[in-house]
Amino acid sequence: MQLPSATLLAQSALSGVFAGALYGLLGLGLSLSWGLLRQINLAHFAFAFLSAYLCYQLSAVGGLDPLLTLAVIVPLFFAIGVATQWLFARFSISTFNSLLVTFGLTVIIESLIQSIWTADFRRLESVYGNARFKVGALYVPAPELLTLCAALALSLAIWGVLRYTDLGKALRASAEDGAIAQAFGVDRDGLALLLSGVCAALAGIAGVCLALSQTLAPAQIYSWIGVVFAAVMMGGLGRPLGPLIAGIVIGVSEALTMAITAPSWAPLVSFTLLIVVLLARPARI
Amino acid sequence: MSVVHRFAGALALLSVGVVLCTGAARAAPSGAPIRIGGTLALTGPLASTGIVHQLVADIFVSEINKKDGLLGRPVEYVVKDDQSKPDLARTLYEQLITVDKVDLLMGPYATGAILSAMGVAQRYNKVLVHHTFGIPSLAKYDMQFPTWSLGPDPATTFPNTLFDALAATPKPPKTIAIVTSKFPSVHFMSLGAREVAKKRGLNEVLFLEWEFGNRDFGPIAARVKDAKPDFVWVGAIGLEGNQLLDAMKKIDYSPPLHFHMYPAPGPMVQAPEAKGALAATIFEEHKPFLDNPGAAEFVKLFNERAAKAGLSYTGVETQAAASYTAWQVLTAAVTATKSLDDKVIADWLRKNKVDTIQGKLRFDGPSNYGDDLMRVKQVQNGRWVTVWPKSAAAPGATLQTQ
Repeated sequence: MQLPSATLLAQSALSGVFAGALYGLLGLGLSLSWGLLRQINLAHFAFAFLSAYLCYQLSAVGGLDPLLTLAVIVPLFFAIGVATQWLFARFSISTFNSLLVTFGLTVIIESLIQSIWTADFRRLESVYGNARFKVGALYVPAPELLTLCAALALSLAIWGVLRYTDLGKALRASAEDGAIAQAFGVDRDGLALLLSGVCAALAGIAGVCLALSQTLAPAQIYSWIGVVFAAVMMGGLGRPLGPLIAGIVIGVSEALTMAITAPSWAPLVSFTLLIVVLLARPARI
Repeated sequence: MSVVHRFAGALALLSVGVVLCTGAARAAPSGAPIRIGGTLALTGPLASTGIVHQLVADIFVSEINKKDGLLGRPVEYVVKDDQSKPDLARTLYEQLITVDKVDLLMGPYATGAILSAMGVAQRYNKVLVHHTFGIPSLAKYDMQFPTWSLGPDPATTFPNTLFDALAATPKPPKTIAIVTSKFPSVHFMSLGAREVAKKRGLNEVLFLEWEFGNRDFGPIAARVKDAKPDFVWVGAIGLEGNQLLDAMKKIDYSPPLHFHMYPAPGPMVQAPEAKGALAATIFEEHKPFLDNPGAAEFVKLFNERAAKAGLSYTGVETQAAASYTAWQVLTAAVTATKSLDDKVIADWLRKNKVDTIQGKLRFDGPSNYGDDLMRVKQVQNGRWVTVWPKSAAAPGATLQTQ
């Protein structure tokens, strides 16, 4: 068996880092809503794809720069997140029921996307699509680099807010014991609305990154669920840096598996890693 | 009455007669509709192609009903959404036969669902004409009829057609990389290509398999680049070919020659990096295909309707052509036998050739497959053109190498 070259390994690892960054970015809002709101929000993936299609529409048809669409998408999805949380609170939806309700919401959003954009493939051609840099022998594509930067910046920013600000402490206290936090003057319901809005806005940002690098089809909503859930669970619920780190570990492991052995073994990696982590540290869930 | 008046009166009578006669020949179909039932992947991962089949069915049914229908009766297509799930297709075909009581069946989209439908059709002794079954050896039912003319052993015959095309280029490839999805109908073709390549003396420098649904094609692209093959066989279905080419573009690599088994036709032809990509085809929108019965009219209608439906690629190629052929074959058999009896229809199909937009199809070979009519097409100047064999090539088109 011929050994892979150093360039091949490095380029593959870089590809894994970029794939992991997207897993991390998609998982960030999911992890926060699961860990801090106790909601398993499957609709997070549908929000991301709805955002990707909106980005496509505003850019490909409306002529906007894809990154400028964030000015529309982030507030819009924040509002959607707030509205969702308001409904969840209004009907006292439990953690388990949130899984069922958001699955239903996902199906509705998928149908909505298909009725507007059809089941046909949609590809956003933008100035970022063909841009790439060369660093030594390695090629760095611009859309993936943007995704990595966004994932890093958002994960660090949210980590900082949760760790060092009163808002973060209040959010963590609410997640720890909502009733006691409320007794200490924390506006638990208001914080839940805010956090849900932020999570949906994060899905919106992930959607723009998806639109920049992927060809879209409505049914692809479901193809990300498995690996992103693995990243969220490995990273620890409610931990903002967790999904990104776990995502990159999964992405790089999968990529190196593909570079060294048979690519068909790659899917085994993420779930084997998840099982190992759960066996070693069961308290992460 | 003057001669002029008499002549004018005769002319008027003649005109009325002509109008009446024409009307009689084009009488609107009447009576209870003939109900043809089937499922399609209208949602789920295969829906992007499923909608092409629905569009074709809509066109065919509306056109036949505009004429005199089938056996003088209108045709009704009862279509259900199998959500791209073969298990659901099985239930729905059962429902179509026992609850909806359709007169005839039309196949669903894609190998898995067709295999499910075949089992149900066999249980109820129904004819199943289907358009997109990729593994002929699995078609064991004697009343199933394939209209995707890939012959009984496409894993051998088609790679030979492709390698013949490559051998006829000024600089035939000497080394080959075979990278393939493990999606069943693609995987078996890739394994066949591997055998054929070996027999023809091509040096295999890389063989890789990935699971269907793979997201990161970066490492696979890097391995292909490292292997430096003269020719890459990409056993890809749907978007996979685009994903691999996109990953190759990101590392500044463009394979000298590359073939994609079943690409999503629109995204592939529209991607700049797919220039020169080769693929298999049974029909493209140019002569000599357009000379086949009904082809030009169908292409015109499909182009219009696909644009109206908002499809990103409005051309007719393998999927739409196989689908239209299925309707041509089923209705030809019904018309010829003047019967809706499945056994009578099946007997007729086994004994007769049918004129279709693909050419003449026969169903008397193993598993009711006829000739392998798959040709080689290439992306040239932003459109698909058939380049091999010469008899099927677009006027003036030849296989271009970089």
